[in-house]
Amino acid sequence: MATKTISGKTVQVNDEGFMTNPAEWDKDIAVELAKEEGIAELTDAHWKVIDYCRAEGAKSGKAPTLRQITTGTGISTKELFGLYPKGPAKKVARISGLGKPEGCV
Amino acid sequence: MEETRKVAFICSKGNLDMAYPALVMGWAALGNGIDVTIFFTFWGMDLINKARVDHLEIPPLANASMKMNMMGVPGYIGIPQILGVLPGMTPLATALMKSKMKKLGVPPVREYLEMMVDGGAKLYACKMSVDMFDLKKEDFIDGVEDIVTAGDFMDMTEGAQIIFI
Repeated sequence: MATKTISGKTVQVNDEGFMTNPAEWDKDIAVELAKEEGIAELTDAHWKVIDYCRAEGAKSGKAPTLRQITTGTGISTKELFGLYPKGPAKKVARISGLGKPEGCV
Repeated sequence: MEETRKVAFICSKGNLDMAYPALVMGWAALGNGIDVTIFFTFWGMDLINKARVDHLEIPPLANASMKMNMMGVPGYIGIPQILGVLPGMTPLATALMKSKMKKLGVPPVREYLEMMVDGGAKLYACKMSVDMFDLKKEDFIDGVEDIVTAGDFMDMTEGAQIIFI
């Protein structure tokens, strides 16, 4: 398993750059991963999505799908794609320190 | 920066089961940052026709894969074709499929298309089909950008992977 140093911490990642141990994640790591994904600053709205994903990840062990995120947070699809442009499914999961979403919707 | 991957779907079928492939794959593509264009033609026009999109159906007749296990009968026992012609069989099969989809958290076609448009998918209606079915732009759900010719479609999907459904 590869490791990567993000904001001074060494974490385990898979070959696509997703963290494999959610327990190693923290908010500083999220900020750095967001920058790698082209998001310069995480606003409250961004955090609302991340917090939801973290909570769902803790419950099910899986990253939620986009539809679960919009339904669960009340954030619209349009807004979600605005917050995390060009591929929110992967971006949100990666920034939240979870694997790729396993559902299709 | 590397060029964004593009996929284009041609939806030519209007049966309920055939509405979903482009929606599921297109939604996954949007989630992964891939550009999505959907071109609706022939029976696929029902997916964007305001009057039809909520009434798509799946007939059990001549569908060799539809078995009675969908109705809770164990094993893979077929539905006798003669039953398929009876009034009420198509609505029954349709209701079953819709309830299965709902249980999986899959939205109805109209809502799915709204999600896709909100996610940045571009929807187009086929000019020849529009003329053939006597339709107008007003007949379509919001989010259908334009009525375009096959040639326009070829122009706008240059470099895209094209999937025909």
